This record gives sequence, C-alpha cells and structure tokens, in this order.
Amino acid sequence: MNSTITNHADAAIQFNLDEPRVDWHDKTLWFIREKRDLASHAIPEWEQLREYASQIKNNVLSNLSQYLQEFEKNAIANGVIVHWAADAAEHNQIVHSILKKHQIDRMVKSKSMLTEECGLNEYLEHNGIEVIDTDLGERIVQLAKEPPSHIVLPCIHWKKEEIGELFHKHLGTDKGASDPKYLTAAAREHLRETFLTRRAALTGVNFAVAETGEFVVSTNEGNADMGAHLADIHIACMGIEKIIPQQQHLGVFLRLLARSATGQPITTYSSHFKKPQPHQEVHIVLVDNGRSVHLGKEDFRNSLKCIRCAACMNTCPVYRRSGGHSYHNAVAGPIGSILTPNFDMRANKDLPFASTLCGSCSNVCPVKIDIHDQLYKWRQVLMKEGLGPTTKNASMKMMGWVLSKPSLYNISGKAARLVLKYSPFVVSNKLNPWYKQREMPAPPKESFKEWYKKNRG
Amino acid sequence: MRVALFIPCYVDQFYPNVAIATLELLEKHGCTVTYPLKQTCCGQPMANSGYEHEAEGCSMLFAENFAGYDYIVCPSGSCTLHIKHHLHTEKNAPEEAHIRKTVYELCEFMVDVLKVDTINASFPHKVGMHQSCHGQRGLHLSQMSELNAEPYSKPGSLLAMVKDVELIQLDRIDECCGFGGTFCVAEEAVSGKMGKDRVADHVRHEAEYITGADMSCLMHMEGILKRQNSNTKVIHIAEILNGIDN
Repeated sequence: MNSTITNHADAAIQFNLDEPRVDWHDKTLWFIREKRDLASHAIPEWEQLREYASQIKNNVLSNLSQYLQEFEKNAIANGVIVHWAADAAEHNQIVHSILKKHQIDRMVKSKSMLTEECGLNEYLEHNGIEVIDTDLGERIVQLAKEPPSHIVLPCIHWKKEEIGELFHKHLGTDKGASDPKYLTAAAREHLRETFLTRRAALTGVNFAVAETGEFVVSTNEGNADMGAHLADIHIACMGIEKIIPQQQHLGVFLRLLARSATGQPITTYSSHFKKPQPHQEVHIVLVDNGRSVHLGKEDFRNSLKCIRCAACMNTCPVYRRSGGHSYHNAVAGPIGSILTPNFDMRANKDLPFASTLCGSCSNVCPVKIDIHDQLYKWRQVLMKEGLGPTTKNASMKMMGWVLSKPSLYNISGKAARLVLKYSPFVVSNKLNPWYKQREMPAPPKESFKEWYKKNRG
Repeated sequence: MRVALFIPCYVDQFYPNVAIATLELLEKHGCTVTYPLKQTCCGQPMANSGYEHEAEGCSMLFAENFAGYDYIVCPSGSCTLHIKHHLHTEKNAPEEAHIRKTVYELCEFMVDVLKVDTINASFPHKVGMHQSCHGQRGLHLSQMSELNAEPYSKPGSLLAMVKDVELIQLDRIDECCGFGGTFCVAEEAVSGKMGKDRVADHVRHEAEYITGADMSCLMHMEGILKRQNSNTKVIHIAEILNGIDN
C-alpha cells in the first residue's frame, strides 16, 4: 500500500495491479453488505427507523449549541470535567496537558476516528507518550505503522496470514500461524498486560446524551470498558455532532448502528458512562475542528448526521475496488469524500470524483444522508473554485460550446464516426483510457438523425 | 398524445438502432412521435464532471427543442434523470418546469403512462437484466436491494410480456457497472474492474444477452465483452420490446 499517493485515481491504479487481491477485498466487504441486508430486512420498521434517526439528527444540527450547553451542564453536574477544543491542535494539547498533569507517559486507547482525524497518536508520541491502540484491528495497523483503511474494520485490507507474520515479528507468535483464534488470543494476552499497567485510557464517543450528560461507547471487544474501568483517568473525545437530545433516542440509534455496520443486531458492548468512579477522573473533550463552519454550508451540513457505521463504504463498488487508503484520509469511502473537502478543499479535490454516483451509499445510510447528491454538488463547487486541471477546464468549455450548437454537433459526430471507421488507430491505442480494458463501439453507417431525415423527414 | 423523442447524443451517433426501436415501439403503442431535429446533448457529461455552468447552452437548447409537448420520452434513465433534476436556467423557467415534469424514461412511460399490458414480441434467449443506477436509484424504475421494501421492476414487467425470454438470476442484482460518465476514463482502473466483475456475473449465469434501459452502461460492458471475445452480447431493452429478428 503506497500511502504517499494523494490522488484517488492513481492510488486505485496501484491497488488494481493485484487483481486477485482486489477480488478478495471486494468479496470480504460485500459479505458485510449482505449481512447488513439480512439484518436490516429482518426488521419491518427499518425504513421508519432511518427516517426517525434522520429527523432526530436534523433537529440536533438545527439546535446544536443548545444541546451542547445542556450536555456540558449535565456532565459537569455528574462530576465530569468538560473541555472545548476549537481544532485538532487544541484537542491534542488538551489531552497532552491532562496526561502531563498526572505525570502519565503511557496510555491505552480504544477506537476513535476523531483522534485519527486529529493525528493524536503522532502528536503524543512526539511528546514522549506511548499510545497503545487496544481495538484488535487498530492494534494491527498500529504495529504495521499504517493508518486504518476502514472506520469500523481498520485492518480489513489485511489477510490473516499477513497478520500472522506481523504478530510473529512483534508479539512472538509461532511462525506461519494464521488461525484467527490463536492470533486473537495472543493479542488479548499482550493487551491484558497493557491494560493492567496503564493509568490513563482514551475512548471515542458514539452518542452523547444532552438530557443526562452521559455518553455511550459501542464496541465488540470490550476494550473500551477494560481501559476505562481500570484507568485512573478516562478521557473521552468526541466531535460536537455526536450529541443526541434524549436517552430514549438511543433506542433508535443503537438499533441502526450495528445492523448497518456489521449486520449484528447490536454491538457486544454498549457502554454508558455517566459519573466517575471514586478516585477516578473522567474528561470529555468536545471538538469542533471545522464542524461549525461545515454546519453553515446549506448543501453539505447534513453530512454531520453521520454516525460512522461505514455501511456506505461496504456497499460502495469503488471503495471495494480501490481500498480505504486510496482516499488518503481518516474517513474513507463515500462519506469521507463528502466530509473531507469541508476541511481542505484543495487536498481532497479528487475525492468527490471517486464515485460513479450510483447512489447505493445514500440508500444504506441509516441517517439518510444524501451522499451521492452531495458528491455531485461538491464537484460543482470544486470546479467553480477553479480546482480542475486546465486541460479539463478547456475541454469542458469546448464540449459545452459544441453541444449547444446543433450544426457543430452534427459535424463533430460524423467526424468521430469517420475516425472510428477509417482510422481506428487514432483512438484504439494505449493513450486512450477507454481502450485499456475495452473495445471502442463499432461506428454505424449513419446517425439516427440522418436515418430519421431520410425515412421520416 | 404528442410525444417528443429525446435521443441521447451517443445513441444518436453510435446506436441508431436503439433510437429507431424506441420510435417504432412508441408508435406501435399509439403515440404520435416527433423527433426535434435540433437536439444535441442534455448536458450531463459536463454537469457530472462539475461543470454545470458549461452546460447552460445545452440546457437552453434543450428547453427550446422540447417545449410544448405532452410528454418527452427517452431510452435512457440517466439522461432523463439529468433533465428531471438539473434542467434549470434563468431564461425559460415555465417551459423548463413543464419539461421536468413530463420527461420520462421509456420503460416508466410504457408502464406508468401508456399502461401497456401486451407486447407483441418474442426473444428466445437467456437474458441478464442490468439495472442502471440512475434509472433504478434515481428514477425508481425498479426496487433497490438496499431498501427494506416490496420488490418491483418496470423494465422487468415489460420483459415478462415478451414471449420466450428466459431471465437469468444474478449474484448481485443491482451493482453498478462502473461506467459513470467521465468516471470511465478519469478512474479507468476501477471502472474497468467494475465492468469486468459485472459482466462476469452475467456470463457465469450463462446470459446470451445483457439488456438494460441505458445504452451507456451497455456500451461499457459491450467494450469489455468484445475485448474478452465473449459470445455474450448487449442489447437495449427497446430493441427486445420492439421485436427484433434473430
């Protein structure tokens, strides 16, 4: 995986050099999409649940500041220490300052895409603090020194034999071992020791309830609980959009989340954190990092409804055949392609084009984000900003002009057919991307318009 | 019923038989069909590439060509969807509003407006149905596998009226073929791979023909089938419904 490529199409070319591996990646993720279908189709009120979730989140986005203040007030009353971070840098500094105050130089962390977004691991390591990711998939990519390729299944691009190799090197498992049970047990043992010796634990947040000041973390491995319960300091980091108004709304979101993500009825652990245990400190860091600006963009604000289930990635035919790293961001796939241009339009200008606009993403989205429509709208914004290549700008202008003039269109169409007929080598060569994997259409002797004039004119 | 025939530019230039079949089919079912001769392209290639502003000329021309008909019918879900969603210029607002409301893809027009219940055609072949995304997820020509909802298919119900057609089952009933307009060249690697995978599903289930309501997807898959020297062919649904000599 070449993580230095920052253009989706180029990274996809690399990914597709190994076609059997692409097939394996595609099938692995399609299997999860099928599990999601089975789970969601088993619930008669599924589409109604999606609608509820969407409306609750719309309400949240329209009243975000009130809900955040309500949450802060209730969390403080529960004995939780609340921090506000305007951006990634402030978030990282806050986490660092908490650890420094308690003279802690080692921390366990359960999965949090927000800390990936903020680059927390690198920051803390730079400041002499060791971070151990305790989610199995996260631990695997951490050992491999690469970013996750998927927000729910961070090492979905790794085969079990390769994980066996990696564990042999880092954890001393038997050479050639690839049995998932054996490898998981080895990781568990290694992590248990870590859990017992770390005084600080960081977790993400799936839902924060304004009404009660509690927050919920959904995991399958129980690693968030193990970390948070054993540590003296529990730091929970969340994007400000993770708020939901009331506890009863969890009944909607928890039913949707795991079914959409992996096809499970519910995650193994849905842990509710409300008050610190005696002698424990609980911190919540509320992070903006571009979200309040994003909220102001009418066409794009509703992508903040996202609950990070990754159903859009699993269903995306492009994601399955290009891999998560080709999106060069913490959040990949269709949702990443509409979220990341909000942070940096220039660096992510390729991503809204990494789609056929097939619309499957919008259909699986449990909170009904109009993902494919936003991809289309981002394309308009990016090209209007002048971020298209000059050659594309010119050819589109020319195309628009020719196609708005019937006589020019007739002439160019005829010319194209003549070229195909008499000089096929002009287009049937490696310089034409169409021709790499496909033949050109056979040119007919006349256009429909010519036929119509002759036969019906 | 005055129907204007809206033929996508690449169908006009490369697949005139699809346009002829559409015209004849509509006439057989009682429509008075006119083909506005000054039509070119709906503007979708520019708009989907992020250049809606360069498609303005196409939109204005489209509104001029297609104003004043009862219905506009097109043998492409994708081009129909573009007009339905994106035909907006400052100039011809009332005409454009009428056009957006009365533009139909061929299959939905036959099912929803003409309410066709018999088709006089025979096609004794094993046929795989490709669900083109814009027609399916955009115009709702068929139910979508992602949703928890009753299945239906407008093109499927029309094919079911054709004698001797054997419709094959696919492993993935509505996965995108990877054409995607300019995506097919801008993201050539993924586009080609998606096309190969889609075609393989049909071939694995012994399709003699892949059919669908969008020639663009079929053109992409045809290019791949030909490169593979496959015996499987593509055919637009209008050609099957119109009856074709085989």
